[in-house]
Amino acid sequence: MDFVQIFSLTITQAVGVTALIYLFAAIGLNVQFGYTGLLNFGQVAFVAAGAYAVGVIVLTFDLGLWLAVVVGVVVSTLLALLLGIPTLRLRADYLAIVTIAASELLRLLVRSIAFKDVFGGAQGLNGKLGQEFHDLNPLPADFTLPVLTWSRQDLWVVIVGWSLALLFTLLVWGLVRSPWGRVVKGIREDEDAVVSLGKNVFVYKMQALIIGGGIAAFGGILWAVAKQSVQPDTFQPDFTFFVYTILLLGGAARVFGPIAGTIIFWFLLAGFGELLSSLINNGYIEFLTPTDVGSIRFMLMGLGLMLLMIFRPQGIFGDRRELALDAR
Amino acid sequence: MLRRVRLALGVLLLATIALFVSGGLSPATAADTTITGTLSTPGGEAVVGVLVTATDADGVLTSGTSDDKGVFVVPLPAGGTYLVEVDITTLPEGITLNNAEDASRSLLVLGGEKRLLIGLSEGGESGISEVESGTSERVIQLFLDGILYGLVIALGAVGMNLVFGTTGLTNFSQGELLSLGAFTALAINTAGVNIIIAAPIAIVFAAFVYGWGQNRILWRPLRRRKTGLIAAMIVSIGLAIFLRYTLVLFFGGAPSSYKQFAGQPGIEIGPFNTTPKALILGLLAVIALTATVTWLQRSRIGKATRAVSDNPALASATGIDVERVISVVWIVGAGLAAFAGIYLGLTQNTVWNMGQRILLVLFAAVILGGLGTIYGAIVGAMVVGIFVQLTTLVIPTEMKTVGALFLMILILMVRPQGLLGRKERVG
Amino acid sequence: MPAKTDHMATGHAAAVEALRDVPQVPGAPKPDPVVIADHVSRQFGGLKAVDVAHVEIQRGAITALIGPNGAGKTTLFNLLTGFDKPDTGTWTFNDKSVAGTAPHRLARMGMVRTFQLTKALSRMSVIDNMLLGAHGQSGERVLNALVPFTWRGQERANRERAMVLLERFNLHEKIDDFAGSLSGGQRKLLEMARALMVGPEIVMLDEPMAGVNPALTQSLLGHIKNIREEGTTVLFVEHDMDMVHDISDWVIVMAQGQVIAEGPPDAVMKNPQVIEAYLGSRHGSALTDDGTSLTADSQGGNA
Ligand SMILES: Nc1ncnc2c1ncn2[C@@H]1O[C@H](COP(=O)(O)OP(=O)(O)O)[C@@H](O)[C@H]1O
Ligand SMILES: [Mg+2]
Repeated sequence: MDFVQIFSLTITQAVGVTALIYLFAAIGLNVQFGYTGLLNFGQVAFVAAGAYAVGVIVLTFDLGLWLAVVVGVVVSTLLALLLGIPTLRLRADYLAIVTIAASELLRLLVRSIAFKDVFGGAQGLNGKLGQEFHDLNPLPADFTLPVLTWSRQDLWVVIVGWSLALLFTLLVWGLVRSPWGRVVKGIREDEDAVVSLGKNVFVYKMQALIIGGGIAAFGGILWAVAKQSVQPDTFQPDFTFFVYTILLLGGAARVFGPIAGTIIFWFLLAGFGELLSSLINNGYIEFLTPTDVGSIRFMLMGLGLMLLMIFRPQGIFGDRRELALDAR
Repeated sequence: MLRRVRLALGVLLLATIALFVSGGLSPATAADTTITGTLSTPGGEAVVGVLVTATDADGVLTSGTSDDKGVFVVPLPAGGTYLVEVDITTLPEGITLNNAEDASRSLLVLGGEKRLLIGLSEGGESGISEVESGTSERVIQLFLDGILYGLVIALGAVGMNLVFGTTGLTNFSQGELLSLGAFTALAINTAGVNIIIAAPIAIVFAAFVYGWGQNRILWRPLRRRKTGLIAAMIVSIGLAIFLRYTLVLFFGGAPSSYKQFAGQPGIEIGPFNTTPKALILGLLAVIALTATVTWLQRSRIGKATRAVSDNPALASATGIDVERVISVVWIVGAGLAAFAGIYLGLTQNTVWNMGQRILLVLFAAVILGGLGTIYGAIVGAMVVGIFVQLTTLVIPTEMKTVGALFLMILILMVRPQGLLGRKERVG
Repeated sequence: MPAKTDHMATGHAAAVEALRDVPQVPGAPKPDPVVIADHVSRQFGGLKAVDVAHVEIQRGAITALIGPNGAGKTTLFNLLTGFDKPDTGTWTFNDKSVAGTAPHRLARMGMVRTFQLTKALSRMSVIDNMLLGAHGQSGERVLNALVPFTWRGQERANRERAMVLLERFNLHEKIDDFAGSLSGGQRKLLEMARALMVGPEIVMLDEPMAGVNPALTQSLLGHIKNIREEGTTVLFVEHDMDMVHDISDWVIVMAQGQVIAEGPPDAVMKNPQVIEAYLGSRHGSALTDDGTSLTADSQGGNA
């Protein structure tokens, strides 16, 4: 077995393009769920909004990528308003159900034959999506990295993606240590108490939803640009739940929780996958086939989410003091 | 405590695995990966010239066309998730798909030859194509289709609502109770037992293993730990994901059908087109639901269930064994859900994500009727079932779930407590 | 309506003096009411939880709202503070009609409440709990939040004010502890201090003494008296007659959703209707019929 290769593939995935997409969604969810306590189960819809903004603007309307980025942010804001106005006054579990329903509703709409001309139906939008971005790539044409196996194009995405992710993390840090952050944390703890102190809770929740959604939309934009493809069925509700797993792993309501969670999550998942594949391919495990690895990875993800929520709801770095208070 | 829950999870896993071994592990990778299937009319005639396409995650498209025996083969570059579409414009005149979902679905192909079942019908029973008959006849047809669909939803939703009422858990793994029931029946059926016998066995098995057992090894310990409702809800999501991919691991990603009644020809009763199996299943569903309602009204444990739903603290103070009631509720709920799963398996097919696909419709029904109200689930289910079918008059069939989701969001805005629910206390 | 008394006069003596000539009947008019409610009703299913024809709360006094469990006291609080919507009714706060006003607006206008089940924000520090109470913080606006120098000064001033209050409530040594780690009584204190941080004109305390150990009760009572001495109106819900007797200037009695009696503590406690209402509820369903007739009686008296 080639452990160097397993390790290299694992690291590449742990901080790679897909991990980044989840990271943006998780940073956004941290604002919504971690700090404000909004049980948003429709986070994938914001990612989809970003991705489709790029797809539709660039491919359907043949306009520029930078316009698409602006449109992505605008659309995700509109989506937050659309989702938030009816739901933010609801109980937590209702909010959860409505947001997941809305995300499915949107997926079904964009994949429908009726809007195929705009959204590309079930096959989505595929083609040259991020040309302007890739043209800016300053890396020399024959650039390669030791150990890590990104292509020149992916590496450019990864560099920009991580810079943006750090920027957003900084933004969240600034927000949550301010009086604004204090209010949203109060809402998470007990909404009625915050209302009784004269704060317009609805406005704060809406702001958190918009900010979190906007950050997640950048995940979608990155997705479209990096993978040059936007497909409706990749935006299933499970995406949102994996983001929850990531956030809970790194610790909700911690500024670096999403980053830690993403890296650990993808490191474990990719490492396990590569290791298991390699064991199977080398004949150490005979009762499984290489194609089973995918299902087993998902099974572990589900199991991981359960165990985390049961045993360490405050995340793997969380402190016991907080756990003792967690009377939810 | 920690050890107990861990042990419990282990047992659950083993129980599931032990059960599914009879379903057989997925076949080892063959030389070529393909999606294949045979298209024929209910009368057995081959349907020729239908285009089936598969698109991978990168948008690369491959296709196959059915030959003079009705067989199509779509070659694939490798295993993976594919978007498989039937080009309905290539269907011969008068032939439609049994399930609108077949026109476009996401399919996990693990390798080798993946057999795809596509049910066709003649004369446009419930397919995508326009029914030629007049609008009023179409409305009647859709109304009756809606009642049958509503019955399935009701079977699935009753357990969800009973569990919510008695424990407060919003169960996101309720859909998987349907899938598990359907696949348990499939496993027994594949082992050579006729589905008529396999179904009741599976239902009883589901009631006690997936219902009673699940509560015993997972939810009861969590209640003892005083796990919060939101945490429990997220646990149920994890469980749903885990169970779904356990099904993929053992049964593969492609849909399959029971050995009996798979291609039953339709019959006409007055203006109403249907299949005998759907009618019989509908009748059985009515009986099961009536029995459940009667049980809740009359029996001691049924009355206790309602008392616990009303006010668990009070009920327990008056000497009702709340945990026992919860156990019974899980048994009944899982049994009914398994029935719903088999119902779907018989009238459509069994597929690993069938529960996930119906989950939101179940939520819609339950919320419409009022989360936690005992009869709400049934009323809500019938409304959603009929509404969803009737909306296909104006929107494409592939989007019919949209109607249900929209209705649910609307209800939550106007009347969050549902049609039959009560408002909760403030402050 | 009687002439308004001097606004400057505050405290126990002034309150007693102002209320001396108020008739001891349900819905009695007060010389200087801060809150006036009319025909406020709220129904839950078949149950009329609140059905108050008329009630006035005297400014600068401690008014106790008493009544058996389920009398509708909490529901009335919810309605007046905007946390629940009534089926009928109007009410004014400082002569301004505020029916239908959002709860956070009412709080900003100076009507601040606490909750029967204490709502300490558990995973936030004591000082953060307090700072949430302060009004008009520019750093609470999302755009300013990212520019600390726009709110640093204000934050410092609020902190100082919070420290003064915390010291008064004996919580100043706990400022950096999680609120969730405080004892039940300390949480009640924190909730009260937090409400004062808003700078209210009237504080409405829902069972502030419930679950507080006897040692703390005395200091809590002292705090409530202090609030009044500073000119803030207090309306509070309490079961314990002794405590009500100890601190209140005026008592309003509710039963089955209605105001059945009003008066100074001494007089109210001798009122046979009040005694009956309490006994009726203690003896449970056996006396429900009596309770109903009692309600009918008081309605007659109201008219
Ligand atoms: N949201 C609600 N739904 C149904 N009944 C309620 C609700 N809130 C209060 N009630 C009922 O209204 C009555 C008055 O309750 P409450 O105001 O809490 O009484 P108190 O505070 O005087 O003890 C009680 O019978 C209670 O059960
Ligand atoms: Mg009360």
